[in-house]
Amino acid sequence: MPIQVLMPALSPTMTDGKLSKWLKSEGDAVAAGDAIAEIETDKATMEIEAVDDGVMGRILVAEGTEGVAVNAPIALILEDGEDASALDGVAIAPAPAKTPSVAHEQAVTVDAEINAPSPAPMESVYDGPVKNMTVREALRDAMAEEMRRNDTVFLMGEEVGQYQGAYKVSQGLLDEFGDMRVVDTPITEYGFTGLGTGAAMAGLRPIVEFMTFNFAMQAIDHIINSAAKTLYMSGGAISCPIVFRGANGAASRVAAQHSQCFASWYAHCPGLKVVAPWSGEDAKGLLKAAIRDPNPVVVLENELLYGQSFDVPESDDFVIPIGKAKIERAGADVTIVAFSIMVGVALEAAEQLAAEGIEAEVINLRSIRPLDTETIVASVKKTNRLVTLEEGWPYAGIGSEIAAQMMENAFDYLDAPVNRVCGVDVPMPYAANLEALALPKTTHVVEAAKAVCYR
Amino acid sequence: MARASAKPASAKKTAAAGKKPGPQKAARGRPSSSRYTEEELLGYYRDMLMIRRFEEKAGQLYGMGLIGGFCHLYIGQEAVITGVMKAAEKQDSTITSYRDHGHMLACGMDPKGVMAELTGREGGYSKGKGGSMHMFSTEANFYGGHGIVGGQVPLGTGLAFAHRYKKDNGVCYCYFGDGAVNQGQIYESFNMASLWKLPIIYIIENNKYGMGTSIERASATTELYSRGAAHGIPGKQVNGMNILDVRDAAMDAAGHARSGKGPIILEMKTYRYRGHSMSDPAKYRSKEEVQKVRSESDPIDLVKQMLLDNGFSEDRLKEIDKEVKAVVSEAATFAQDSPEPHPSELFTDVLIEA
Ligand SMILES: Cc1ncc(C[n+]2csc(CCOP(=O)(O)OP(=O)(O)O)c2C)c(N)n1
Ligand SMILES: [Mg+2]
Repeated sequence: MPIQVLMPALSPTMTDGKLSKWLKSEGDAVAAGDAIAEIETDKATMEIEAVDDGVMGRILVAEGTEGVAVNAPIALILEDGEDASALDGVAIAPAPAKTPSVAHEQAVTVDAEINAPSPAPMESVYDGPVKNMTVREALRDAMAEEMRRNDTVFLMGEEVGQYQGAYKVSQGLLDEFGDMRVVDTPITEYGFTGLGTGAAMAGLRPIVEFMTFNFAMQAIDHIINSAAKTLYMSGGAISCPIVFRGANGAASRVAAQHSQCFASWYAHCPGLKVVAPWSGEDAKGLLKAAIRDPNPVVVLENELLYGQSFDVPESDDFVIPIGKAKIERAGADVTIVAFSIMVGVALEAAEQLAAEGIEAEVINLRSIRPLDTETIVASVKKTNRLVTLEEGWPYAGIGSEIAAQMMENAFDYLDAPVNRVCGVDVPMPYAANLEALALPKTTHVVEAAKAVCYR
Repeated sequence: MARASAKPASAKKTAAAGKKPGPQKAARGRPSSSRYTEEELLGYYRDMLMIRRFEEKAGQLYGMGLIGGFCHLYIGQEAVITGVMKAAEKQDSTITSYRDHGHMLACGMDPKGVMAELTGREGGYSKGKGGSMHMFSTEANFYGGHGIVGGQVPLGTGLAFAHRYKKDNGVCYCYFGDGAVNQGQIYESFNMASLWKLPIIYIIENNKYGMGTSIERASATTELYSRGAAHGIPGKQVNGMNILDVRDAAMDAAGHARSGKGPIILEMKTYRYRGHSMSDPAKYRSKEEVQKVRSESDPIDLVKQMLLDNGFSEDRLKEIDKEVKAVVSEAATFAQDSPEPHPSELFTDVLIEA
C-alpha cells in the first residue's frame, strides 16, 4: 500500500497553509529524513520530511497551491518493492488524526474542589515541659533536632556556618554537624537555590537560608518554576522536600529594598506551602513541620521577632501541623486575623478594645498556604465581624484573599464588610517618622475593630 | 538501551585486522589498535537511529495535530547524548533542557512513555501533565526536561552535590545550549561546583543557534569550552558529530569528575537540522548551510560508513532499521491509543499529602 503524505500543521492553531514547493518529483527515490516539500504559513516555513524509504509515486497537490487543509493527502509514496500500478485505486481520503479516547466525560466542577474550606489537620494539645527562649534559639533547636533525626537534612546559605548566621540563627550548628551539613555558600542566591532544589530532587532535604527574603527575589525562579512545579510536571515522579527560610517583612530603618513582606507572593503559588511563625512555639513547631514535610515549604520569619522570648515546648516531638491556625485569644465581638509579628499588634489591640468593652478574638494564622479557612469561618460565625491585619501591601494581599473567602464561605454571617489593615501602599521609606507611618499600628487595628462593630 | 561500557573486552568482536583501524588512542577495554568494535558501532548506529526515527515520528504526529505546543527536535545532535551515555555508570544522573527526547531514550526510558507524554496522554511519563519539555524518571536517573533556559544548570549542580553528599560515586551529566551559556546562573553554578569539587560534567551542546540567534550574534567570546576558565574549570572542544570523539571525551571527563577533581566542561560542536521548535521561520540560516552539514557530517551516516568500510553487511543494518522502525511505530500507536488523563488528574500531584 502506498503511503499517504498528509499536509502537516506547523502549530496547534494552523488550519491550512500553502504548498510552496516540491523538492522531489514523481519517480524520485526518497529516503527517510529527506525533505520532500516546503510549506508556508504567514508565520513560518517548514520542510516536510519523508518518514519512510520509497519512491515518490504521485503528487496530489500542485506546488503553489494555497489554502491546503491540514491533514489533507498531498502525495503518495511507493514503498520499497512497489511499482506504479500500486497507485491505482488508492482511496484518497484525509486520514483524520485519531482523536483521543474520551474515557472520562464528566466536567470537573472546579469551584467545589478549590474553594471549599479544607478540613484542617488536628492539632495535638501540648502539655509537656516548656522552656523560655528566644525565637532565634527556637529556630536553631528546630534545625538541630531535625538534623539529628535525619542525616539527609542539611543547612545552606550565606554566613550560616563559620559566622554562625547573619542573625545568629544557626549558632553552634557548624560545630555539631560539620561543613558537609552546614554549608557556607557564596553570595549567589539564584545559583544556590537551584542547587538546593536539585539536591532535593535527588532525595536530600535541604534547608536553604536566605539572609532575608528580599534577596530571594533573585531566586524566585527556582522556588516557583523548579521547586513548586516539578511534582506536578512529573506526574508525581519527582518530589522536592526543601525548606526556604529567612527573615521576611519590615526590618528597622533599612529602606525599601530591605523591607518587604512576601507572604502574598509565595502564597499565590500552588505547589508551595507557606508558614509564618510569630511566637517561639510557632517558630519551633512550624520549622520542624516544614523540614519533615515532603513538599517545598517557605518559612517566613521576622528579624524583629528573633530576639523576643517565649515559652517553647521542649519535646523533640513537638510539631505544629501546617494548615492549622491558632486562636491566641478568645472573644465574641470581633475577629482579628494576623500572622507573624502582627499577631503581637493584634493582641495589644485586643487589650485596648477589652478596656472599651469589645471582646476581640485573635487568630494567629501560622500557615498562609494552606489557609485554615475553617477556623476563620467558625470565628466569624460567632463574632460576625472581621478585621485582617498584615504588614504587607493591601493590593492582592493576604487580607484581600481572606475577604474573598469570607464572601464565599461566610457571607450570611457578616454584619459588616471585612476591614483590611495593611502596610501603606508605598515602598518603605527610611526616615523614622515616615517609616512609622507606613506600618500598621495598634491604633489602626483598634479603629478598624470599632468600625466593623459600628462603634 | 545500552548504558555503558562495563562489558568485558572478550565479549566484543574487534574490528578485523587490515580494515581501517581507528586512529588515536584506545578507549577502555579495546585493543589499542582500534577505537571501536563492530558490535559497538552497531550499538551506536541503533541508538542514534532510534532517536532520529523517534523525532521524525514526533514531527509527523505534530503535523497531524496530535502533539501540541512546543516540540524541540534533536535531529542532527544524536551523537552527543548517545556518545556520552557510553561513559555513564548506573548511579550517574542526567539533566537537560526542553530539547530532551533523545536524552530520555538514551537514558533507557521507554519510547512509548515518552511519545505518550508528547501527545499528552495518561500513559506518558508525567501522566500527560508535563508534555514534551518535562519528563523525569528516577529509575533512569533522568531529572528532566526543564523549560527555563539555563535552569537545569544549578539543578544539575545540586544533583552533583547530592552525589558527593551521599558518597555514591556518581557523576552528573548536565546539558545546556550555546544560547544558555549566557545565563548568569550558569556562572553561579560553575563557581560553586569548582569551589566544592562537585562531580559534574557540563556538556554544552553548541548547535550554533539559540532559536534564531547565531552564537556570533549572542556571545562576545565563542570558544564556549573556555567559559569555566575564570572558575578554574578545564574545558575541551569536541566534534559532537563524531560519536567516537564524543564517547572518548566523555570517558575522560567522567574519570576526571569521578576521581574528585571537580567539574569539567565539554563543548560539543553539533548542529540542529530542524527548526528551533515546530514553527520556525527558517530565515536566519541558509538551506545550503543545513544541507552541507547533513550531507558531509551526519553522525549516523558516519557510523554507517565505518561499518560498511569494515565490510559489514548492509543487510544487518537493514535489520536494525526495521527493528527501530517497529519500536517507534509501536510507540506512536501507544501514544495515540492511550487515553487522555482523567479530569481528576487536574488536582493530583500539586502537593504530596503527608
Ligand atoms: C529564561 C528563558 N528565556 C527565554 C526562553 C525562550 N527560549 C526557549 S529556547 C531558547 C533558545 C535557547 O537556545 P540554546 O540554549 O542554544 O538551546 P537549543 O534550543 O539550541 O537547544 C529561548 C530563547 C526561555 N525558555 N527561558
Ligand atoms: Mg543552541
